[in-house]
Amino acid sequence: MKSTLKVSFGLAAGLAASTAMTGASQAEDLTLCWAAWDPANALVELSKDFTAETGIGMKFEFVPWTNYADRFLNELNSKGKLCDLIIGDSQWIGGSAENGHYVKLNDFFDKEGIKMSDFVDATVVGYSQWPKNTPNYWALPAMGDVVGWTYRKDWFSNPDLQKEFKEKYGWDLDAPKTFDQLKQVAEFFQNREIDGKKVYGASIYTERGSEGVTMGVMDVLYSYGFKYENPDKPYEMEGFVNSDKSVKGLEFYKALYDCCTPPGASNSYMGEGVDAFKSGQVAMHMNFAFTWPGLQKDEAVGGEKVGFFANPAGPDGEQFAQLGGQGISVVSYSDKQDAALKYIKWFANPEVQKKWWSLGGFSCLKSVVEDPGFAATQPYAQTFLDSMAIVKDFWAEPSYASLLQASQKRFHDYVVAGQGTPKEALDGLVADWTEVFEDDGKM
Amino acid sequence: MSAAAHSVVEPSTTSKRVAAALVIVYALISMIPLFWIFATSFKTPPDSIAYPPKLVFTPSVEGYCNLFTTRTRQTPEYISSLPPATNFCDEVTRKRNMVIAGPSNFLPRFVNSLIIAFGSTFCAVFLGTLAAYGFSRFRVPLADDLLFFILSTRFMPPIAVAIPIYLMYRELGLSDTALGMILLYTAVNVSLAVWLLKGFIDEIPREYEEAAMIDGYTRLQAFRKVVLPQATTGIAATAIFCLIFAWNEYAFASLLTSGTAQTAPPFIPTIIGEGGQDWPAVAAGTTVFLVPILVFTILLRKQLLRGITFGAVRK
Amino acid sequence: MQELLPSGKSVVTDTTSSILDRAAEAAARATPDSLAKRVRGLSDRMVAWIFIAPTIVLLLAINIFPLIWAIQLSFTNYRANRPNEPIKNIGLSNYSRILTDTDTWIAMQATAHFVFWTILLQTLIGFSLAYLIDRKFRGHALWTTIILVPMMLSPAVVGNFWRFLYEPQIGLFSYVVSFFTGIPTTDIQMLSSVTLAPWAIIIVDTWMWTPYVMLICLAGLRSIPDYIYEAAEVDRASNWRQFWSITLPMALPFIMLAVLFRGIENFKMFDMVNLLTGGGPGSTTEVASITLKREAFEKWRTGFSSAFAIILFVAVFGLANIYVKVLNRVKSR
Repeated sequence: MKSTLKVSFGLAAGLAASTAMTGASQAEDLTLCWAAWDPANALVELSKDFTAETGIGMKFEFVPWTNYADRFLNELNSKGKLCDLIIGDSQWIGGSAENGHYVKLNDFFDKEGIKMSDFVDATVVGYSQWPKNTPNYWALPAMGDVVGWTYRKDWFSNPDLQKEFKEKYGWDLDAPKTFDQLKQVAEFFQNREIDGKKVYGASIYTERGSEGVTMGVMDVLYSYGFKYENPDKPYEMEGFVNSDKSVKGLEFYKALYDCCTPPGASNSYMGEGVDAFKSGQVAMHMNFAFTWPGLQKDEAVGGEKVGFFANPAGPDGEQFAQLGGQGISVVSYSDKQDAALKYIKWFANPEVQKKWWSLGGFSCLKSVVEDPGFAATQPYAQTFLDSMAIVKDFWAEPSYASLLQASQKRFHDYVVAGQGTPKEALDGLVADWTEVFEDDGKM
Repeated sequence: MSAAAHSVVEPSTTSKRVAAALVIVYALISMIPLFWIFATSFKTPPDSIAYPPKLVFTPSVEGYCNLFTTRTRQTPEYISSLPPATNFCDEVTRKRNMVIAGPSNFLPRFVNSLIIAFGSTFCAVFLGTLAAYGFSRFRVPLADDLLFFILSTRFMPPIAVAIPIYLMYRELGLSDTALGMILLYTAVNVSLAVWLLKGFIDEIPREYEEAAMIDGYTRLQAFRKVVLPQATTGIAATAIFCLIFAWNEYAFASLLTSGTAQTAPPFIPTIIGEGGQDWPAVAAGTTVFLVPILVFTILLRKQLLRGITFGAVRK
Repeated sequence: MQELLPSGKSVVTDTTSSILDRAAEAAARATPDSLAKRVRGLSDRMVAWIFIAPTIVLLLAINIFPLIWAIQLSFTNYRANRPNEPIKNIGLSNYSRILTDTDTWIAMQATAHFVFWTILLQTLIGFSLAYLIDRKFRGHALWTTIILVPMMLSPAVVGNFWRFLYEPQIGLFSYVVSFFTGIPTTDIQMLSSVTLAPWAIIIVDTWMWTPYVMLICLAGLRSIPDYIYEAAEVDRASNWRQFWSITLPMALPFIMLAVLFRGIENFKMFDMVNLLTGGGPGSTTEVASITLKREAFEKWRTGFSSAFAIILFVAVFGLANIYVKVLNRVKSR
């Protein structure tokens, strides 16, 4: 029986290999893998220049965010050859570096004179380095992104609403600077009739399946004083993850969800938020900056109607925002690494980066974003700059997926399903994360 | 038979009417979600997320156009600078300030579904018929145990089976290949196929083959010329079940395929518009994907009924 | 098609009759049977082997070999996203962790709730539909086919578009319910409410699979011979009496069979629930397969999830075994 098995496996493998080879792409064509979103479309446009310059054709494989991690982590773990270049999420750096999915770029950068100091520091640390804060580079920062907020400027400028708001709360209705202010604004708009339709306060992240609720909760927790670990003792989380400040922050997020969000928003992430804002359901909405160009251009709520503000500060004045964004890496299983590296070199060019920003991509190159005229290029440019200055990121450990799953479960169970207390949720999270690190041998 | 003494054998007209009314009401209610999806496929994206939901709307083929294309948003100036729209979908898209950037992945996924579903159904029915004949006509050692073993392969949750299969396929290079998926679906379906077909073949009396063999046919020829023609109903019924399973399967497809061999069920729920899901396109995809199965099942509905009936009697 | 002549010979009315004619002639000058079988083509043993072996090999390769591999993995701490790390054998610790973990029991509870209610509703509605259809009113074949349509859809696609239908603001479901009950649509949060979400998945599954139960019950009802009813008529048994002492008991094996099939399928349920609720809100609809998928393909705890898979398999296997024994006893009555 065993030999029959071996023979059949051999046959199957042979057949599979031959089909794979006949399906192989043309000589010099690179496949770039990313998420299916507006910036990806902009990159397709931009890459036409690369093809014109080098003659190397570009093919793209885009997957919606909801499946992005699943699909491409699967691909990398299967040592797949689908992608030559991949714009992987910032949290994948640890795993991809340690498991050999990405090509280390230090030598290439040195050879081509690409300096990491030319890029915004937070993006280098966030998208490129592993281990963090060491000069080991696994990606070129490609797409800067951070969570911020949009609001309906036209509603905020309505004189009647301004008067009513001032009477009730004592300050002028404007983009909130602290979370307490944000809640007041949200309460003000909740269930209000505007233009004949009932509207709601804010749309916030509550998605369970991938990373939504964690990204949302962290925005509040960071500003309330949450820390991942003891700065002096790595991986010590007790008293930092579940500090009193963190508990207050988590409590706030749930209160905001309960009081001031549209009905049925229990599984809401980037797409649902955009829909809620565009359809005129909410006064404010929390989302990654990449959504801003699209909203700015929107017929219904764009132009003068939309305003932007950075993630507000907490009660103690701390202000942080959750980092998004990705770096572009070369997949180590690719057969076309030289061509792929050419693309990276081309992409790092300041002129290309400038065009990237103008097409809707968020460049991380200092010469683009620190240019004096930058803030004037787009209405959201200043908010983007302000937000990138206050970023903090989730764990980028190789086991980040387990850490993320734990926080997804704890946060969603408490915020959306109302189970337990915030202290219990955070204590449970410390226990979960400890278990993961112990499994990893880091504790 | 007097109207008063209505018996179960021949129900009275009243009870027939009542039965008809109740069944028709159920059928119509259960059709409402499907009608809604079908209607949604002809709405424009803003109409599909209007609240309250629109029962009356102007139909549009945007859903179907969006299903088959990818688009980017551009400024009106850029659009007016382009050469005039070449086809109908192009026109529809430009009205929304968007330009068609290329074909979507739907058609390749649909084709993959066709290849993998029909391929694995054919293999499962083929192997199943042979094995069923073997179990039916010959005294196979440990037949009962083997048959139970074959049936018990259906008790595992697909996710559970997917874990080692994922690892195995990764080693063998069968990840994300049509061949890998066909093998997998065949293996899952063959247990049902053997079980159903054995019942059908058991019903065909042995005397026919034996007479044929006396006449000089070999066992194989007797099988081909005598048994198979009589088993066509059973084979058709089995084929429908296998096809419905393979066509609609999601768990294995989403875990074991990504770009090359992905079928339609994992693809359709990922069709995103500019914000959240593009519901008209998703509805269009659902409708288009349902059509082959609907056609196939309606053509072979008598066999389907026989198949369920039969399988039930057999056990 | 087949009749038994007084002489005991069988006669058929189709094309095989020509073969039989020739067989009759040949029989006159026939060689002994065994010799004929031996000299013409492959022996029966060979044929049996050739016919059965491919199926067995395929099942061994794709079903059994992975099962054994999963059992082996369940005793280790292997993680599929770290293929190069050394594999440590940790004995039964995966199993003990699963059986003592509260989250596992919550998942099993959610699964049990789902399986129980879907089976109950589908059996009641399915059997009732079958009974009504068996009245054989005019056009019943057409309506039966129409009722079958939900079954032909992909459970994943169904889960996806029911999410659309369940949206409180833009979905049809809440408006229909609101129309009949007067509750404001924003309060009908099928997918966000901890109390309503388990019912959301039960409703969708019932919508999809009641036709399946109906078909099996219909087969059962049709298998009851008319003469039993006629005899009951002669005895002047009322309709009610006939139903309870004839219809139900004779259809019971079929009903039990439908329950078995649906039970096994819903125990394994993944596609529809994953796309409809993703296991949420919180973990209220996190059925066993979803927990399994999260452990195996998101946390990549391959060893741990293999142990969970084995436990599920043993549970289903054991329960199915017991159930089939009961079913056989009911059939033999």
